[in-house]
This record gives sequence, C-alpha cells and structure tokens, in this order.
Amino acid sequence: MNELLEILTDLHEDIDFTTAEAIFDNKIIDSFDIVSIIAEIYDRFDVTISAEYIVPENFNSAKALFALIEKLQEEN
Amino acid sequence: MLFTSYEFIGFLLVLFISYYLIPKRHQWKLLLVFSYLFYFIAGPVYLLYITATTITIFFFALKIENLSKRKDENFSGDKKVHKALIKNKKWRLLLFALIINIGILAISKYTNFAIANANSVLRFFGVAAEKQFGFRNIIIPLGISFYTFQAVSYLIDVYRGTVTAERNPFRFALFVSFFPQLIQGPISRFGDLSKTLFLPHSFDRIQVSYGLQRILFGFFKKLVIADRVAVGVTEIIREPDIYNGAFVFIGMFFFALELYADFTGGIDITIGVAQVLGIKVAENFRRPFFSKSIKEFWKRWHISMGTWFTDYIFYPVTVSKPMLRLSKWSRKNLGTALGKRIPIYLASFIVWFTTGLWHGASWNFIVWGLANWIVIMISQEFEPLYNRFHNRFPRVKEQTAFKLFQIIRTILIMNMIRSFNYYRDVPLTFRMWGTMVTERNWRIVFDGSLLGLGLSMADYVILLLGVVLLVWVSLKQRNGAVREYISAKPYWVKFVIWYGLFLSVLIFGAYGIGYDASQFIYNQF
Repeated sequence: MNELLEILTDLHEDIDFTTAEAIFDNKIIDSFDIVSIIAEIYDRFDVTISAEYIVPENFNSAKALFALIEKLQEEN
Repeated sequence: MLFTSYEFIGFLLVLFISYYLIPKRHQWKLLLVFSYLFYFIAGPVYLLYITATTITIFFFALKIENLSKRKDENFSGDKKVHKALIKNKKWRLLLFALIINIGILAISKYTNFAIANANSVLRFFGVAAEKQFGFRNIIIPLGISFYTFQAVSYLIDVYRGTVTAERNPFRFALFVSFFPQLIQGPISRFGDLSKTLFLPHSFDRIQVSYGLQRILFGFFKKLVIADRVAVGVTEIIREPDIYNGAFVFIGMFFFALELYADFTGGIDITIGVAQVLGIKVAENFRRPFFSKSIKEFWKRWHISMGTWFTDYIFYPVTVSKPMLRLSKWSRKNLGTALGKRIPIYLASFIVWFTTGLWHGASWNFIVWGLANWIVIMISQEFEPLYNRFHNRFPRVKEQTAFKLFQIIRTILIMNMIRSFNYYRDVPLTFRMWGTMVTERNWRIVFDGSLLGLGLSMADYVILLLGVVLLVWVSLKQRNGAVREYISAKPYWVKFVIWYGLFLSVLIFGAYGIGYDASQFIYNQF
C-alpha cells in the first residue's frame, strides 16, 4: 500500500491519498494521471490493469486501487 | 429531413401525439418505426448500412456475452487455461465485429480520401494522370460516424462486462437508430440511454413543456444566430485574398459563434425532443467558452465524443501490453521524466489524429486534430512551470482578471486551430494566419467594411443581442437550470419570455433570399 501511496503522491503532492475519496469522480486525477499510475503499477507490482478496469469504483481511492491490484495479483 | 424544416416539425407533432395516445408498452416500438422512417426519408439506401451495423453488433455482442458466462462455469481442467482460451475467443469475436463495422465506416467515408492521397504520391513520382486511380462514387450514409461509434461503444462495453447485452434485436435497433441523436449525436452509451429509452412514459406536463422550451431555444440558436452569422463566414472564406488580415481574425470569431450556436442548437433540439418523449439524453456541452485551458475545453465541448475517444482509444492504447513495455523501456533508457511521457504523448497523438479523421476525410481536419494535440502537449510540458508560478504567487489564481485572461487565451487559441476546418486547405490557413500580422487593415472594424459581408447593421444588432442572451443563459446555468428559474416566475413573465423567443425565431430567423436553410455542421461528420 505504501508503494502505491508513493506513486499517487508523486503525481499530486498536495493530496493526502490515505484519506482522499472520489478522486476519479471529482477529477482530482485525470486521464493522463491514470495511465501514469497504471504504468507505474505495471513496473512495480508486475500487474497489468487493462482498460475495462478503468472505472470510478477502482480509481476513486488508494484503497480501492490497492484492492484491484491484489485482486489482479491473485488472478495471475 | 432537416431539424429546422417544416416537415420535421410535422413529423414531431404526429409522433408526440401518437406516442402518448398508444398503450405505453408500445411506445418504444413506435419510436423505432419513426426512427427508421426518419432515416428512410434521409435516404432509403442508408437503411442497409444501419441495419448491417445493428445486426452484426447485436449478434457479436450476444456471442461475446455468452462466452463471458462460460468463463466461470465448472471446468475440470486447468481453470487458468480455460479462462485464457475464453478471453482469446472473445477478443477474436470483438476484433472481427470491429473490422466489419469500422471497415464499413472507413470504406464509405475515406476511400476517396485514400485515393486522393495515393494519386498525390503517384503524381510526385511522375505517373501520368490517366494512370492514376479514379475516384469512386461511394454513398456516405448520414450520421454513420455517430451511430457506428455508438454501436461500437456498446459492443466494447459488453466485451468489458460493464453492460449486459440486449436480448431483443428491435430494442437494440432503437438504441442505434434513435432519430433525435442519429445524425449529430450525442454519442450515447447503452448503459445511460437504455435506462429511459425503453420505459413506458406517462405524459408529464412539466417535462413536456421543458422539452418544448429547449427545442425552441435550439431553433433560436440555429436559425437566428448560426444561420445568420454563417453568411459572414461564407463570404470571408469565399474570397481569402480580399478578406485577409483583420477579416481573418473576425472570421474566427464569426465561425466560433456559428459552430457553437449550430452544434449546441442541434443538441438542444435533440435533448428537447427526447425530453418531450420522457427520455434522458446526456448533455454534450458544459459552457465550453468558459474553459481556462484547451484540455478543459475538450472536457466541456462535445463531451460524448471526448469521453468516447478516452474510453475506447486512449485508455486501451496506453494500457496495452506493448505500450506498457515501451513505457518501462523508455523509463529505463531515457530517464523517468521522459519515459513517463512517451506512452501518453504517443497515445494522445493517435487519439487526436483519429479525432481529426473522424471529423472529416481531409488533411484540414487531421491537421486541426494534431494542432489540438500539440497545444495540449505544450501546456502539459509547461504545467510544472505554471505550478511553480502559482506556488510563488498563490493569490493570482483566484483573481478574476487572471481567470478572464485564461478564458480569453483559450478562446483565441481555439479560434486559431478551428480555422483549419473552414479554409480550403492547410497551406491557405497558414497563409491567412500570416496576413493577420502582415496586413494592417484593422480600420475595417470601423469603416463599414463589415457591412459588405452580407450582414446588415440590423443583422449585427440581432447577433449582438443573441450573444448577450447566450452569455446570460450560460452564466445563469452555473446556479441551476434556466428553465426552472423561468418557470418560477409569474405567469406573464413566462409568457413574455417564451412567446418572445418564439416570435423572434419567426421574425429574426434567417430565412429567405440570401440565406441558406443550411444543414447542421455536425451532420456532415
């Protein structure tokens, strides 16, 4: 989780991602951020998040995103 | 059948009355009949194209969903292998359906463009004209770009499992052909539109009157503003050698106004018609001219197209395995900063190239798309600099003058880029930009030359009042729906406003000699 928080904070230093909610819905992260996050996750977690997973439920908070990473790691 | 024709008004009247007279469970069927009738009137042969898209996408979506269900079934062998096999089959079905449908779109819309480019190459190598390719007489079905994209979005959503496949082919046929949005969008998603499209609807006096009011405002924008200012735009484009310098600058504003009034007017009619029928169509604009950057502009203008390209091209391309590998490689070999950018810039390039191509089969549109890409990428590169500036001077961001500067800057850049859309070709557009610097003819603003563009002083007054109204509505919208605001007013105020708007369409609508009851601009895309 800490590694993911590091990825997110690198993009937006001013946001506290441990508590932030609705970051996708409220457009705190945009499409460029999302692909950067996915590329970092691929790099560090060796997990591929394909386009079908880019939905608010998975990207609204660090917690939700981490749950997705865990789910995809399990599936692999 | 133009939205602004008497035939269309008659068509709507018959539909509205019969829609609320028949049993509610048959309403969507009536809409399907009217949608196909609308398209039949536009061109009987078009029906073949839309039916082909409807049938193929319907069939393949069902096949894909059936395969998805088999993914989780009990299987004695290796589950991972089974899932991979199903995934592979689904992917091949999706690809096949996409090739068919994007193929139909590409062949009908881009064959002659491809031939023209091939001939240019042949000419370059000295091949004689008689040995070059001849142009083909190909039908381009009205609205094919819109309904193909809408149908494709449904297919991909079913593939991704975000929507359930429709089991009734006729209901799906209505989703693809729903006439108010068939020829100029918005590009609706099945998950959104299907929520209200197939439901039985009782006559709701408030919704019907709101819908009619929105249609009326759409007519006002199109007939009073867009078609009037179009006269000036046409004149400026027709004679670029005469109308250079300051005329180019003024022409950009004229075209911005024409396009906005034309496109949003058309969408107002679309959403208004749907509202009268009790159907909710997603908004396609959110006060775009208040945007503070080009990136923001594209989140507020033709929203359904922007999100379509993001969801179905930008994301799949950027998060594809080859692109992720490229990203990893470039970070390792070119450094983190550049490595991060490469996949985003490459995918954005593809998106803007296709966005341009989608708008029209010409280099004008492709260059227009790429000009947007360049500006967005430049502003992306400058973002750290902007952030440093705003960290140093935090109060500047909140100042009205700075916000106004950002808005005006965005309008000017968009105006420049948009001029690729209407000048004859790309070199001419650049030449006309140059004349804004070289020709010192700004006196034309005051010496009456603008009255030589086919617009009288009365026309300019009407346009000015029209713009004031548009700005007022946009400002008012920030605090809630304008129609609700008006409906809370005393009866006589409402009467004056709506009857006044109706009369102004009748009196000031651009009809008659000198005016062309023109096609909506986006009908051509």
